[in-house]
Amino acid sequence: MAEERNTQRGPGPRGGRRGMPRPKVENPGRLLKRSLSYVTKFYKWHMVLVLCCIVVSVLANVQGTMFTRTLIDSYITPMIGQADPDFSSLAAAIARVACFYAIGIIAAYTQSRTMIYVSQGTLKRLRTELFDHMQSLPISYFDTHAHGDIMSIYTNDIDTLRQMISQSIPQLFNSIITVVSIFSMMLVLSVPLTLTTVVMIAVMLFLTMKVTSLSGQNFVAQQKNLGKLNGFIEEMLTGQKVVKVFCHEQENIQAFDELNENLYQSAFRANAYSNIIGPINAQLGNLNYVICAIVGGLLAINKFAGFTVGALASFLTFNKNIGMPINQVSMQINSIIMALAGADRIFNLLDAAPEKDEGYVMLANSEYDEEGNLREADHRTGQWAWKHYHKATDTTDYRPLEGDVTFNGVDFGYTDDKMVLFDIWIHAKPGQKIALVGSTGAGKTTITNLINRFYDIQDGKIRYDNININKICKKDLRRSLGMVLQDTHLFTGTVMENIRYGKLDATDEEVKAAARLANADGFIRRLPQGYDTMLRGDGANLSQGQRQLLAIARAAIADPPVLILDEATSSIDTRTEKIVQDGMDSLMKGRTTFVIAHRLSTVRNSDLIIVLERGRIIEQGTHDELIALGKKYYQLYNGTSAPAEAGA
Amino acid sequence: MIRTLAGQIREFKLPSILTPLAMIGEVICEMVIPLLMASIVDIGIGGGNMGHILATGAKMVAVALAGLFFGLMGGYFGSMASAGFARNLRKAMFDNIQTYSFANIDKFSSSGLVTRMTTDVTNVQNSYQMLLRMSFRAPMSMIVALIMSFIISPRIASIYLVAVFFLSIFMAFMMTRTTKYFRAVFEKYDKLNESVQENVRAIRVVKAYVREDYEKDRFRRAADNIYQMFVRAEKNIVTVMPVMQGVVYIVILTISWVGAHMIVQNSLTTGNLMSLLTYCMNILMNLMMISMIFVMLTMSSASARRIAEVIEEKSTLTNPENPVMEMADGSIEFDHVDFAYNRESDEPVLKDICLSIKSGESIGIIGGTGSAKSSLVSLISRLYDVTKGAVRVGGLDVRDYDMEALRNQVSVVLQKNVLFSGTIYDNLRWGNRDATDEQCREACRMACADEFIEQMPDGYETYIEQGGSNVSGGQKQRLCIARALLKKPRILILDDSTSACDTATDARIHQAFDTMIPDTTKLVIAQRISSVMNCDRIIVMDNGRVDGFDTPERLLATNAIYREVYESQTGGHGDFDN
Repeated sequence: MAEERNTQRGPGPRGGRRGMPRPKVENPGRLLKRSLSYVTKFYKWHMVLVLCCIVVSVLANVQGTMFTRTLIDSYITPMIGQADPDFSSLAAAIARVACFYAIGIIAAYTQSRTMIYVSQGTLKRLRTELFDHMQSLPISYFDTHAHGDIMSIYTNDIDTLRQMISQSIPQLFNSIITVVSIFSMMLVLSVPLTLTTVVMIAVMLFLTMKVTSLSGQNFVAQQKNLGKLNGFIEEMLTGQKVVKVFCHEQENIQAFDELNENLYQSAFRANAYSNIIGPINAQLGNLNYVICAIVGGLLAINKFAGFTVGALASFLTFNKNIGMPINQVSMQINSIIMALAGADRIFNLLDAAPEKDEGYVMLANSEYDEEGNLREADHRTGQWAWKHYHKATDTTDYRPLEGDVTFNGVDFGYTDDKMVLFDIWIHAKPGQKIALVGSTGAGKTTITNLINRFYDIQDGKIRYDNININKICKKDLRRSLGMVLQDTHLFTGTVMENIRYGKLDATDEEVKAAARLANADGFIRRLPQGYDTMLRGDGANLSQGQRQLLAIARAAIADPPVLILDEATSSIDTRTEKIVQDGMDSLMKGRTTFVIAHRLSTVRNSDLIIVLERGRIIEQGTHDELIALGKKYYQLYNGTSAPAEAGA
Repeated sequence: MIRTLAGQIREFKLPSILTPLAMIGEVICEMVIPLLMASIVDIGIGGGNMGHILATGAKMVAVALAGLFFGLMGGYFGSMASAGFARNLRKAMFDNIQTYSFANIDKFSSSGLVTRMTTDVTNVQNSYQMLLRMSFRAPMSMIVALIMSFIISPRIASIYLVAVFFLSIFMAFMMTRTTKYFRAVFEKYDKLNESVQENVRAIRVVKAYVREDYEKDRFRRAADNIYQMFVRAEKNIVTVMPVMQGVVYIVILTISWVGAHMIVQNSLTTGNLMSLLTYCMNILMNLMMISMIFVMLTMSSASARRIAEVIEEKSTLTNPENPVMEMADGSIEFDHVDFAYNRESDEPVLKDICLSIKSGESIGIIGGTGSAKSSLVSLISRLYDVTKGAVRVGGLDVRDYDMEALRNQVSVVLQKNVLFSGTIYDNLRWGNRDATDEQCREACRMACADEFIEQMPDGYETYIEQGGSNVSGGQKQRLCIARALLKKPRILILDDSTSACDTATDARIHQAFDTMIPDTTKLVIAQRISSVMNCDRIIVMDNGRVDGFDTPERLLATNAIYREVYESQTGGHGDFDN
């Protein structure tokens, strides 16, 4: 009855399969302690109750086994041959055992019932803590960790941890108590027989270990071959249309057959070894039984130290029952170690350093008093101000939010040893449009990542309304910046909810107004449920252009004074492009805008064009100025690309 | 479905039969052992007959060895059969997918096919092994135990029958109930994970809009909800064990009581009583095992169905009886062509197309998204079949050609193009497996790919990562063009294949085509007017129809759509990204 229900679905590591190799985990003790601290912190008394229940149910079970002996020795044997046997004492004994059993069942039920709350509650906390912490991590974390790996923490790793908490640990505890109590009972019954059993169990464990290591090697090979085959399948099926166009089917089948055969060989071996551990153990158990029966028989016949037939019967039952819990112990230790490997990944995420924010300048609602001074207001005025507290003088001053952004000699590298931006000087006055132009990798996106402090600069200063952005509270800084990225991300929810993401308390009317401003109103109305149409899978049911329009509307409703726009390069057709362009244009009106530009018209109409090359500004000025200059911008504009950068 | 899958067992039929047989052998040995044990206790120990203990002990060892033999055989053949079955399933799927037409691929989607070939096969493999090893063993074991019990004492054995009856009903009830519960929970659980994934992907949006707290709040509520649902579902499940245990204990106590009476009346021995207790545990354990097998099989039946679908799918395109292998020239003719991706239900995406293109002409194709430009060209190399009318190449209906011969003569550079892991040479030779290094380099020169390849440290031996992730979009496009050129096709189709190259490179590529392969018919789909401006003639597509087909100069004068696009893009094209 050791196996529990199987709730795990899909692929991924699953604990407990016999003969799986153990993953290497550093410092398992520390990991186990930390994992358990989640349980003990909130469920200390629950756990005490669970442990008590386990002890009670194990004891109830063992006494039941002992009962076989008393049944035969104390009740049945004396009655044999009696003319008028009295069954009343047997009835009393059975009733007594029934009581013990009942207590055992209640204990077992209480245990599993309590464990539901413990394991699910712990998981809930852990999950929430993971998510909360993840939200606090800097963008660099997401840029340097594969998204699939992050996801696998939420799915696979949490799942194996659940198995550890809800099954492996109670089971392990249960098995250990069972082994100990059976073992002591055996000792009480007969020391020599117990020694015989111990020897047999040692042989059993030794053989199991041998086979496990053989099987482990093959499981590793199987995983490797599976990985290779899956990689091949993924690559070829993703490119299946190209395969067809080039009539490459035969070559593919040949390559596939080879990988498939390798996988078969290793899977066959790994499973074969893992399958035979069970039969070997079972039959060794039987052998053990025979040996004990012979030795015990000798003892009982010779009435050695008062050893009775009933005692032998009981001993043999114990002998049969001790094999399973011992196997359980080794299996559960295996799956706990597997779960700890997952726990390690969970804790790595939890230990990742969160985004630092030492800013203290905040955004505040403000209004002008009678004398024309800006002061803080307790209601939404639509007029925002930077609230700047000066420690030295213990005064607070207010400065209107305008959208003036300057870069003063900024140097930046994603890692300290490789700089990507050098000595950047830009001044964007409120309401100006700044176009960033240059080849891929010149540093356009990097510049936009610095304004909202997705990344922090190494040297120089960036100022927003003449305040160093390091002094501005990150939340407020980002609130004062709008962003429309090239890759549009939408969330599962209605169109309305997606636009409202920019301003959570926006009314339906405001949402529609923003959509109209972004030129998105037209297509939204044509959707089956209009603004209430559900979007799923990152807006998979919308076209590229439509998704961009929604992103523009989302930025519009937030109504920030500074905008960061990344124009899409992807080939949307000219008409949709025009609609998107118009939406962007109306969004940019009256705002300071940094635009990573791909469209000629955008660039030409900019107040300032920054031409970047390899992380440096090589030219800046208006369209006319730069054309007159006749250098890089002139070449780009005329499409006569210089040989040096033709490699893009 | 079952027949399709069973057909793939093939050379593993023998192990598939031997496994359950071995398992039955093991069960029989397992069942004989309690009898021998009883005999040891009764005659040997009870009668103080050491000789009997030794003799029976020897028998028991022999049976145990036999059991070990059967067990090993079962393990060996079981894993051979299941691993082999999985291998055959994968092969059958992969082979069949290679015959799929574009329409078949669209139907399943690439990622869908990947899951079917990986996760689903693993599920079925595990279930198959379970089926072979357990689904015979468990009922067999139960039946044998019941028979043995009946032989020993029909009276006590009938107690088992009652217990088994009630437990089966209870388990069946609980199983259906909990699977329903858990299905609902897991659906929610998947949704929760989806929302995490969404957050990870869109983290820039979350942070840009300072929505961390909002997202945390939403997640907390969802996690709470999941917690409640899990607790409710698991509460159901934990009642199973106590009930099971209760029944086992009641049965044991009843046997003890009844057995004691029988022993006293001399109609049962103590050894027999012990055997009966062993069988009791055995029967109930196996009952539990059977219910687990059911759960496992239902869970993997969805996987099995998905696999069968892939194997059973018939390609929508087939070669003609006597295929034509040679193509006369590169002329193309559309004769009143209608085309829909889904024959039965869809509105046709192409309506009544009539076009005639001479061999060696260069043709540009422009039009908005959804105007069916890609659909139009995909009919030429017979990636799809027309719904009505006919497409003729070199004067013959495309359906008369051998498909491979046709596709070797009509080379398409797809819009969504892929490079494969391997060196640049390896990738180029997809176009022509016997191409010499020199031919490869020449193709690259034509596609303007030589300049950047030569700048790479390993040149043409540079290793391309899966999906071409280590080359830029423009470089990838040029490599794909070179690959297509190596076929030396009569017709070359570029479906928006230079969109990521800068204007100058784009122009040079088209120039190279005009001078180096003048006899090849060239079709160029583009968003950029400059890519098609120098073509002999231009097709203007609009909403599945040909809106205009003429020389660029004349179109400018007569075609409104063309003029609109032309005017919006003139004055040099600002392709500042490259």
